[in-house]
Amino acid sequence: MTETPKIRIRDLHKTFGPKVVLDGLDLDVMPGESVVIIGGSGTGKSVTLKCTLGLMEPDSGTIEVDGESVVGLNARERERVNHKFSMLFQSAALFDSLPVWENVAFGPIADKTVTRKQGKDLAIEKLAQVGMPAEVADLFPSELSGGMQKRVGLARAIAGDPEIIFFDEPTTGLDPIMADVINDLIVKVTRELGSTGLSITHDMASARKIADRIAMLYQGKIIWQGPADSIDDCDNEYVQQFINGRADGPIEMAVRK
Amino acid sequence: MNILQHIGHYVLKFFRTVGRLVLFTLTAVSHCVRPPFYPRAILRQMLEIGYFSLPVVGLTTIFAGMVLALQSYTGFSRFSAEGAIANVVIISITRELGPVLAGLMVTGRIGASMAAELGTMRVTEQVDALTTLSTNPFKYLVAPRLIAGVLMLPLLVFIGDIIGVLGGYLVAVYQLNFNPSNYIQSSWEAMETMDVLSGLVKATVFGFIISLMGCYHGYSSKGGAQGVGKATTDSVVSASILILCFNFILTVLFFEK
Ligand SMILES: Nc1ncnc2c1ncn2[C@@H]1O[C@H](COP(=O)(O)OP(=O)(O)O)[C@@H](O)[C@H]1O
Ligand SMILES: [Mg+2]
Repeated sequence: MTETPKIRIRDLHKTFGPKVVLDGLDLDVMPGESVVIIGGSGTGKSVTLKCTLGLMEPDSGTIEVDGESVVGLNARERERVNHKFSMLFQSAALFDSLPVWENVAFGPIADKTVTRKQGKDLAIEKLAQVGMPAEVADLFPSELSGGMQKRVGLARAIAGDPEIIFFDEPTTGLDPIMADVINDLIVKVTRELGSTGLSITHDMASARKIADRIAMLYQGKIIWQGPADSIDDCDNEYVQQFINGRADGPIEMAVRK
Repeated sequence: MNILQHIGHYVLKFFRTVGRLVLFTLTAVSHCVRPPFYPRAILRQMLEIGYFSLPVVGLTTIFAGMVLALQSYTGFSRFSAEGAIANVVIISITRELGPVLAGLMVTGRIGASMAAELGTMRVTEQVDALTTLSTNPFKYLVAPRLIAGVLMLPLLVFIGDIIGVLGGYLVAVYQLNFNPSNYIQSSWEAMETMDVLSGLVKATVFGFIISLMGCYHGYSSKGGAQGVGKATTDSVVSASILILCFNFILTVLFFEK
């Protein structure tokens, strides 16, 4: 491999008080690739993304974006690096004091790549890309259903033409049909933009659909990774237990002890 | 267990909190004076803090002025010194009651809502979303509130002073049957620029305290709805105490000979 990975994480550690969340995580994401991290709730999937975005400082380890180390950057450098990223948050995290169109065009307006006036047209265009009519542009996030909020969040995530998009549990809390709509949209918009994708989920249907490669996070480490279509054949007991959703197996839930 | 250990624990915790608050304050103030500025956000906060607080502040100060006139009449009538009422009303309102009452009322109204809004934005990841959209939350959320607080509180108090003195006038003239022109004459003579100015300086400091406490507690809140509730309470309690504390300190500085 001569290509520089888009994201390269090595030996990442993060603890909260006595609780060890990440314990030597290694992960590479190649340009244009879609990687999905699977793992149970509270295993540190969101923490991994937040460390990469600089929303949290890891205790130790390195994170490189396009070969540049991004741990411990100052605010201005961080802002420059974060221009490459965008993120669809687990709760969509729309700004509820702003109408939908201002949410969608927030990044480009903040960067001054568009004026407020152009921003509205841009927002309507991006909303159309995620299958939403222009009328929603003037609604407020609280007037939308969960699935619609996710789609607006997706429109906001693609509005700045990011190189890398993070998806934090894009289908959690949605009905299966809406979940599938979101999965299709994720595949469509990342392909159109040619972006690199890093998603985290515990929804296997979603992982199979959007991933080129799947990595499983357990006890702070990536314990298995491979092409999405090979996951059913893998002989890792942990992965098998997780994808088949069995209560019995090597992964023990804290409640059962 | 060990009593020294307990004391040490609380001392450390106290200094940690103070350190965090000082750091927050310095960061916030530095963002108030460096571009980019968000004029729309500032205007919106000015409306919220200044304009929409007018009824509350007006009502509190008018009743304060009225009750002052009544009470001092009871106190002074024995010495047949009714003329002193105008004096008492104007000095008490401009020096103390105007700024303190307005400060406390705005704390309840604005400090609480700032903490709740920022706290909700924090726990629903909206603050993180801002960062990923290359917008500094300190600049976009905290600085406009601080600027608006510092600008609007003096204005509110100035209007509150006028309404409070008017309250005193109403009671003096219609309840105590004073001669209106005599009362206005003695009010005018009793008014000192220094009294009004000191009250406005206090108001500026209180405006800073209210916004700072609302933002600090909201911004650092964690742990869902309960955390937001706690942030709201903490912001109101701490701002109220700080206002009374600084009121004393400023009074000493201004009037101690
Ligand atoms: N800011 C924080 N402070 C303390 N603990 C945290 C914080 N963020 C996450 N955690 C803890 O880290 C663990 C992993 O969280 P997270 O990455 O959100 O899990 P998930 O894999 O479900 O996304 C959880 O047990 C959580 O309690
Ligand atoms: Mg998560």
